[in-house]
Amino acid sequence: MRAYLPDYDLRAPRTLGDALELLAREAGVWRAFAGGTDLMVLLEFGALKHRNFLSIRHLPELGGIEFTPEHVALGALTTYTQIQRDETMRREFPLLCAAARETGGIAIQNRGTLGGNIVNASPAADSPPALLVYDAELEFVSASGARRLAYRDFHIGYKQMDMRADELLRRILLPRTTGDLKTYYRKVGTRKAQAISKVCFAAGARLAGDGRIEEARIGLGSVAPTVLRCTRTEEALRDRAPDEATIEAACAILREEIAPIDDMRSTAQYRARVAANLLADFLVKLKP
Amino acid sequence: MTEGTSRIDVACTVNGTARRLRVPAMARLLDVLREDLGLTGTKEGCGEGECGACSVFIDGELVNSCLVPVLQVERAEIKTIEGVSAGDAELHVVQQAFIECGGAQCGICTPGMVLAAISLLEHTPQPTDADIRHGLAGNLCRCTGYMKIFDAVVRACARAGVKA
Repeated sequence: MRAYLPDYDLRAPRTLGDALELLAREAGVWRAFAGGTDLMVLLEFGALKHRNFLSIRHLPELGGIEFTPEHVALGALTTYTQIQRDETMRREFPLLCAAARETGGIAIQNRGTLGGNIVNASPAADSPPALLVYDAELEFVSASGARRLAYRDFHIGYKQMDMRADELLRRILLPRTTGDLKTYYRKVGTRKAQAISKVCFAAGARLAGDGRIEEARIGLGSVAPTVLRCTRTEEALRDRAPDEATIEAACAILREEIAPIDDMRSTAQYRARVAANLLADFLVKLKP
Repeated sequence: MTEGTSRIDVACTVNGTARRLRVPAMARLLDVLREDLGLTGTKEGCGEGECGACSVFIDGELVNSCLVPVLQVERAEIKTIEGVSAGDAELHVVQQAFIECGGAQCGICTPGMVLAAISLLEHTPQPTDADIRHGLAGNLCRCTGYMKIFDAVVRACARAGVKA
C-alpha cells in the first residue's frame, strides 16, 4: 500500500556541516536520501521504515570526480551516467563502467548514485563486484571527523555495514594500479536490461609473460548474504596457467566459497552453476 | 495524493513556466505534475522505476518522475511531454515519426518513449540498433512489440534538427 506522505519528513540541509550536525545530534533518527531510486520504491509500497530523511543530493562536497596520481576519487553522489561519461573511468575502470551501464535503464542511471548503491547494501547490487575487484576504499565523514575503510570490510552481514548512524559516505577511492588487468564483467538476469541480477560477476587478471596467472581478482554479487570477493578461488589460480585442470579446480573451490540461496529471482543451484560457468568463461578468455 | 499538513515551498520551472508549489516534501514529482499542475501527459505505469511511463526531463536529464521527491526539484528545470513540441501546430520530430510509423497503440508508454527517444538522439544523434535498444530499455510497451517504436526512432534521427 502506498505510504501516507505527511508521515514522512524530508529536509534539505543547507550545508554538509548542517547535515552532519543533525546526524550527530539525533543519531539514528535521520537517514541520507540521495538519488531516491531505491528509497522511493519502498515509499511507494509503504515499506519505508524510516520516517526522517535528509536530502543530500545538492551538497557539493559529496559529488564530483577527483583525480590524483594514486587515486580516482568518486564522490558518493556520482551517478551511473557520470561514471560512464568520464574518459578516465572508461579507460582505467572498465568493470565499473560496465556495471553502471547495466544498472537499470537510462533514467535510473541518470539519478541513481554509486554511494547509494553501496550504502543500500543489497547483495544483488551491480557495482560492488567491480568495486571489490578494484580494491576500492570508502571515505566516511561525520561531525567528529573522517575515516577510511577498505570496501571489502564494509559489509559485515546481510544489510549490515561498518557504518555509524552519524556518518555519511563521502567518496569512493579507486587505486590507479589496475589499468593493466584483463577484465571480465557479466550480469545475468531474467532479461538483458533493467533486471536485478541472478548472478553478477566481475573479475580481473594479470598475466605473466609465459601466460600464467600472476594475480586474479574475483568479485561476485547475488551469491551470498553480502557481495563477495572470492579470495580462496583467487589463491587457487595464482601462478597457474588457465588450462582445463586449473579451471576445473577453481570452479570447485568457487562453489564452496559462495553461498547462494533460492529466492524469487532464481535458485541456489542455478546461481552456483552460472557462477562457475562465468568463472570458466573468464579463465578461458585469458588463454593466448 | 498531495494533501497533508507539513508542506514545503518549491520553486521550479515546468515547460518554461516558473512555478511555485506548496507540497509535501516527499510527494512524487509524478503526482505533483499530474494532480497539482494538471499535466496528465506524464503517465503512471509501475510506480517503481521499471517501466519509464513517467519519464520527464530534469535539467536536461531523463528521469523517472515516480522516483523523485518534489523537494529535490527546487530550482530545477522540468520538461514534460507537454513541453517538447514548439506549439500546438508543430509536433516534435520524434512525435511526428511515432505517428507516421505507428509507434503508439494504447498510448500509456508513448510520452515516456518519446522523451527517452529524444534523450537518446540528443546524446547519440546517429544511434545503432543496439544503441536504440539500450536507450529505450527502461521503457516498457505492452502493445507494439517495439518494432514500430524502433522504426520511429530511426526515422526521427534520419531527419535533421533533432532537438529536445
